[in-house]
Amino acid sequence: MPAPAAARGSDAVADVVRTEYGRVVAGLIRRYGDIGVAEDALGEAIVIALQRWPRDGVPPNPAGWLTTTASRKALDHLRREKVRDEKYAEAAMLTDDTPPEASGPVKDDRLRLIFTCCHPALAEPARVALTLRLLGGLTVAEIASAFLVPETTMAQRITRAKGKIARARIPYRVPAPDDLAERLDGVLAVLYLIYNEGYLSSSGDGADRQDLADEAIRLTRQVQSIAVGVGSPPEVDGLLALMLLSRARRPARIGADGRWVTLSEQDRTLWDLGLIEEGHALVRECLRRNAPGAYQLQAAIQAVHTDTLEASATDWGQVLALYDQLVRVHPTPVVELNRAVALAEVDGPHVALAVIDALELTAYAPWHASRAELLRRLGRAEDATHAYAAAIATTQNPAERAWLAARRET
Amino acid sequence: MTQYMLSVVGNVDDAVPTDDEMQEMFATVGRFNDTLQEAGKWVFAGGLAPITTATVVDATGERPTVTDGPFSEAKEFLGGFWIIEAADLDDALDWAKQGSAACGAAVEVRPFDAASQ
Repeated sequence: MPAPAAARGSDAVADVVRTEYGRVVAGLIRRYGDIGVAEDALGEAIVIALQRWPRDGVPPNPAGWLTTTASRKALDHLRREKVRDEKYAEAAMLTDDTPPEASGPVKDDRLRLIFTCCHPALAEPARVALTLRLLGGLTVAEIASAFLVPETTMAQRITRAKGKIARARIPYRVPAPDDLAERLDGVLAVLYLIYNEGYLSSSGDGADRQDLADEAIRLTRQVQSIAVGVGSPPEVDGLLALMLLSRARRPARIGADGRWVTLSEQDRTLWDLGLIEEGHALVRECLRRNAPGAYQLQAAIQAVHTDTLEASATDWGQVLALYDQLVRVHPTPVVELNRAVALAEVDGPHVALAVIDALELTAYAPWHASRAELLRRLGRAEDATHAYAAAIATTQNPAERAWLAARRET
Repeated sequence: MTQYMLSVVGNVDDAVPTDDEMQEMFATVGRFNDTLQEAGKWVFAGGLAPITTATVVDATGERPTVTDGPFSEAKEFLGGFWIIEAADLDDALDWAKQGSAACGAAVEVRPFDAASQ
């Protein structure tokens, strides 16, 4: 069963390390009660792994090997720490002395850890960074470059958050049943944020950050597998399906010239059918459970869009009906805007434009772009040109800008 | 167990409560204090007189100075506080929610430095 050893290079070793990072560090945090101690110890173990594994082969149980090696390092460290400053070491402890609570059949330490990383007492950027660092195993440098901030800024953000976890004693456990649904929403919100930043970078040179989007999918898969311990809430499946169905369209979404290609113009033969199939299966399972939420409804909308290889065959009536439901559970102006786009296909551009004009979204490029498209369809060419210009002025994303500029000219 | 300070955040723009409102607030805060004590979480608590009664003393220079008024020009000020014992931040936040509802103001939760205890 063990993979043939020495053939692996250090890149392959780094992959294994990243895959196992969350699991191992979560276990170490539970055992030693301190994120810093756990991370330092695992860091030392990884250095040893990077020296040995390419030479001797990856051990049959890499997570076990890393845990054992890191544990020895952690114990050394704690012994030194205890001698140096007993009181401070105690202060840095995350664990409290109360016996472990009955938090249901939670077997995976990562589940506890993600609730710590996404605790509402931490600022949102810190939640995102900690989740990528501790659960995703990304380095501080990688996270900094993904969010286009200097590495020192990101390092500070993470250090401050870890300091707050330790000193304010943010607990390392799955929340009590009363708070669970709300806290899980917070976790999903962080994953959604990571995905969205990957899907459409808010700034920078690239049209998207596919690595971030893929990382969000990987983390959501993890959360899905560990959410079994809390009854597998269907919103987790909904979020995963949403990500998969939009990821599946990635190959068709950006043209060879780096310009955006809208859904109606995409070459649908480029879509990833495997991901679409997986996403559709998740959506069907959500429908069967019949407890719709915002992520599930968005996924269902994506499922309708990806149901046909002919854009003209899209069931817009179904899309609109799903948006009607989504507006009820998640009434935001952006959802209203997307609903209006579907409304235009069902009841015509006139009706939709009236809805869009009533929304206060002037700082949001898609609002201007949607208006422009409808104005063009209504034959109001000059108004449409102004609306495209307004859209270009409100976005930094290069692919989006290129698409808008081209639309304005045609 | 860790000790946390729950600070009641007052604001100079807040309307001055009527006597009836004050009486009712004292009663709800009193009930909250009883609950804290029964749960064994109570360490100390107090409400402060209006911010206009504050005096600043500074003995860091060559000779101590005494001046009128609050130290900070901020609109927010400390109106009162609880010091509680809590198992962890979630426990402290639960008590803070009850305290905030009882006194009708936002509450800031901050741990004491463990090394100082």
